[in-house]
Order: sequence, then C-alpha cells, then structure tokens
Amino acid sequence: MSLHYEIRLSGAGGQGLILVGKILAEAAAIYDEKNATQSQSYGPEARGGASRSEVIISDGDIDYPKATNLDLLLAMTQEAMDKYSGDVKSGGIIVADSEFVHNKPEGDFTVYSFPITQVAENEIGKKLVANIVALGAIEHLSGIISEDALLSAIRARVPKGTEDINIRAFKAGQALVQK
Amino acid sequence: MSENRTLMMQGNVAVAEGAIDAGCRFFAGYPITPSSEIAEHLSRRLPEMGGKFLQMEDEIGAMGAVIGGSLGGVKSLTATSGPGFSLKQENIGYASIAEVPVVIINVMRGGPSTGLPTLPSQGDVMQARWGTHGDHPIIVLTPAGVRETYDMTIRAFNMSEKYRVPVVILLDEIIGHVYEKVTLPPPHTIETIERKKPDEPLEKFRAYRADESMIPPMPAFGDGYRFHVTGLVHDETGFPTNNTQKIEEMLLRINGKLDHYRDEIVEVEEHIEEGSQIGLVTYGSSARSSRNAMRMAKEQGIPVSMLRLKTIWPFATEEILAFAKKHKYLIVPELNLGQVKHEVEHAAACHSEIFGVNKISGDPIPPTDIFNKIKELS
Repeated sequence: MSLHYEIRLSGAGGQGLILVGKILAEAAAIYDEKNATQSQSYGPEARGGASRSEVIISDGDIDYPKATNLDLLLAMTQEAMDKYSGDVKSGGIIVADSEFVHNKPEGDFTVYSFPITQVAENEIGKKLVANIVALGAIEHLSGIISEDALLSAIRARVPKGTEDINIRAFKAGQALVQK
Repeated sequence: MSENRTLMMQGNVAVAEGAIDAGCRFFAGYPITPSSEIAEHLSRRLPEMGGKFLQMEDEIGAMGAVIGGSLGGVKSLTATSGPGFSLKQENIGYASIAEVPVVIINVMRGGPSTGLPTLPSQGDVMQARWGTHGDHPIIVLTPAGVRETYDMTIRAFNMSEKYRVPVVILLDEIIGHVYEKVTLPPPHTIETIERKKPDEPLEKFRAYRADESMIPPMPAFGDGYRFHVTGLVHDETGFPTNNTQKIEEMLLRINGKLDHYRDEIVEVEEHIEEGSQIGLVTYGSSARSSRNAMRMAKEQGIPVSMLRLKTIWPFATEEILAFAKKHKYLIVPELNLGQVKHEVEHAAACHSEIFGVNKISGDPIPPTDIFNKIKELS
C-alpha cells in the first residue's frame, strides 16, 4: 500500500495551527522529499473562531487536498474534538490539549491527552509556542516525518530570532510522549 | 537563478511569482480575502524587481490604475475576490473596448455580496464572462493546482499581450490558499510574449488600424505616437464614431479576434477511460474532487472519463460536443448551482444526459458526492 497520511490540526484562531500545517507539509515535501499539501479553513474573525489546518502526505499525486479520513487529529479545543473526532479513521490517533479538552470521545482510535499549552507556558515560558509543543508530540506519535526534516522546517518557517525557543518547545512536545 | 526551484508554494503566491516571471512590473489593487496574499507578496517582490506596487482606494480605482499602467507600456495585474470583482466590471469593459492588455485575478469566495469571505465558491463563472455590459471579448482561465496557477498566470499575460484583451484567472479559495510542492522552471527558459508595437512613421499611425491579424499594434504612451483612448465606440483613429458601418466593423473585429484565435486560446485536458459511459466535465478545484472520484470509481471497476476545462471562456463547445458523443451521461461538479452545467447542456446538444453535483455551503465538493452520483448512474 502506498503512503497516504491525513492530518487535521484543529482549534481556535490564533493558536498557530496554520503555521504547524505549513511546517509539517514543508518537512514532508521538501526535507523528506515526499509529496504534501496543506490547506486551511477559518472564519472571518482576525482571532478566535474555529480554525483548521489540514496536511496530506503521500508518495504519489494528491488529487483532493482536503482531509476526509484522518490518520491523526490534533484537537486544541473541546469544540474541535466534538466536531472532528468522527472523521478519524479506525486505528487513528487523536492528540488533545488536556487543558481545554475534557470530554474524550469513544471510538476505534487512541486518544493521547497532554497538557500542551501548560508545558508551553510553564516549561518554555511562552504560551505562544503551544503549537510547536503539539508538533513535537505529533512527530513522535505519527512517525511519518523524520525529526531532522521537522527541525529544518521549523528553523525555516518560524520568525527569525525565535528558532531556539521553538526547538525547545518541539523537544518538550516529544518528551510528553516519552513520559 | 538558473536552477529549477522546488519549494512549497501557495496558489496566491504562484500568481504573484508567475506574474513576475511573465514580465509584469505593475500591480494595483485593494486587498480582499481570499486574494490578499497576492497583493502582500507583490508589495515586497515588485520593488525588488524594479516594479511598482500601488494600493488604491478601492477596486474601481485599482482596475483603472492597471489600465493606465498597461497604456504606459508596462504589463499590469490586479487581484481581488467577489465583491471587488463586481466593482471592477465597469473598467473591465473599458479594457475590452479600448483593447488594453491587463490580467485580473478573482479568487472566488462564496457570494452574493460580501457572502462568505473565507470559504470557497465557483459562483463567478458567468460574471467573469458577462459581468460587464455589452458584447465584449474576454478570456477566462481556471487553474486546478498551484503549478498550473503559475503557468496560467504567464499564459494569461502572454494572451492579453498578443490579443490585446483582458484575461481573467478564476481561482477559488481552495486553489488560492492551498500549499503544494512545485518545481518552477528557471526564469530564463520561460517564454513571454510582448505586445506588437507600431513601426510606421508617426504621422501615418492610426491607433486602431488592424491588419489581417485583427490586432492593431500598440505603442506605449510616451513612445511618440499620438493616440486617443476612449470607452466610446471608435473608428481606427481612436476617436468616437456614430458611423454605423464603422461601429459594426469595430465591434465585429474586437469580438471576432477571439473567434479567429479560438483554437490556440481554448485549452482542455481530456482523460478517456476505455468503455466509459460516464464523463465528468470539470474545472478549478472541483477537478481535484473529480479526479479523486474517478479513482474511487476505477477501484470499483467503473470506468469514468474526464474533460477538464483549463480555458473556461471562450467556452470549449466543440470539445464538449465530441466528449458528449462518447458518453451517455455527463456529470458537472461545481461550487455553484450549475453555471457551467447549463453551458455544457447547450454544447452537448442532447447527445448525453447531464447531471450536476453542486455545493454552495462553503464546503469543497466531497469526492464521495461525485462518486455516489457515478454509482447511481452506472
């Protein structure tokens, strides 16, 4: 079976989910030399409101750039979890922020609940990097993109001068899974 | 850069980079979701290339500014979305009648009015053809991916320069915002077309005198040729006329030039599956859903063919008729209530039965919707 992996990153506007999508897609497509697309869906609000970013990673052509049958769902709000857990395919993975997602869905998937935003705030000292903490957890759980590719993509995509703090956030995310 | 460039690129950025590689050095616009990245990117890139970026007071002014830029001899671009495209229509008519080469990007979002700013639609297909009043020539292209958006932007400039017509590219929010891996050709390998300039003595020049090519040569303001530009119907001097014979001559020429060059303007992509009774006629982001549905059908042993419209206006009537003759059923998936389906019905001339798969909720068309229609018909 050829590779076809669908990721949906969902939560609220301002949580940096579109950036994480771009990093994932760039890591897979440019640094890991696979094919990838990233698309987004958001509301008209400048911040707040529901936000969703989708990444498809494949070793062939990607016809339809939207995710429909998720291998991995990141839910950063309860609303996102309630709305999207039904799209996760059997045997899929859900990563949730335990601070915001209290009700876990039942289904043929594995839910990993981590204090993503708390780790960003307490261990890294910046709530803003919660998205990159989540990325670290995703790297470890999905195993679909190499760590080197993700580190290169993070360095290329985050604002200049914030590379170190973002790499620390990424490592903290990986550590959450290892615990 | 002499190497191929492989990178992750967004559809809107592909427009901007395609425009630069086509030789565009002037952009005027007014930012609007979901097209704003085009303006944002060009506001940085054009000055680097020695070009000019101008944010106007609104879309009407922006359309006027690009007409002015082009008359000044510079390839000019504007970009907008639904509400802004409505505002540009009056000046698009001006570009059509005055035969000013310009490229207009409309990244379609849900309408009418301010509608759905962040959600995709293909609701402006008819507006792109008939949004401005009167019989007028216009070319409209519908890319289905990021690389194609880049290529089509270059093609749009080339055609607008060659035929002296406004060319519209209809993206939709999906194609405008999706990031895909692309490999762009080295800029020096790209073929660009420049408008034909007059070579006759200054005193003999008539601004709208065309030879058998049907396309008058076009000097830039400042080249030394004196000429008059107007939205009124004019004779070959460029001044208004009420002479009925000259009126007809002029209007038949500007509309007829696209008929004359029709075969090099209309581009389709055809994929025929042997034994298919069902054909998909598709364009833009709906082509992505269609391709996926085709694949699902093939896996279940149902052969389905596809005709993808890369040029949507002028309409691919001949190609659709030929495709219709090969298929019992045609399905036209679109993010509107059937704008292209009606045209396909007309073109197919009762050779096949035509069905739509339509979505206007702001969601893209799920491939399963198309697949279910295929199953129902097979």
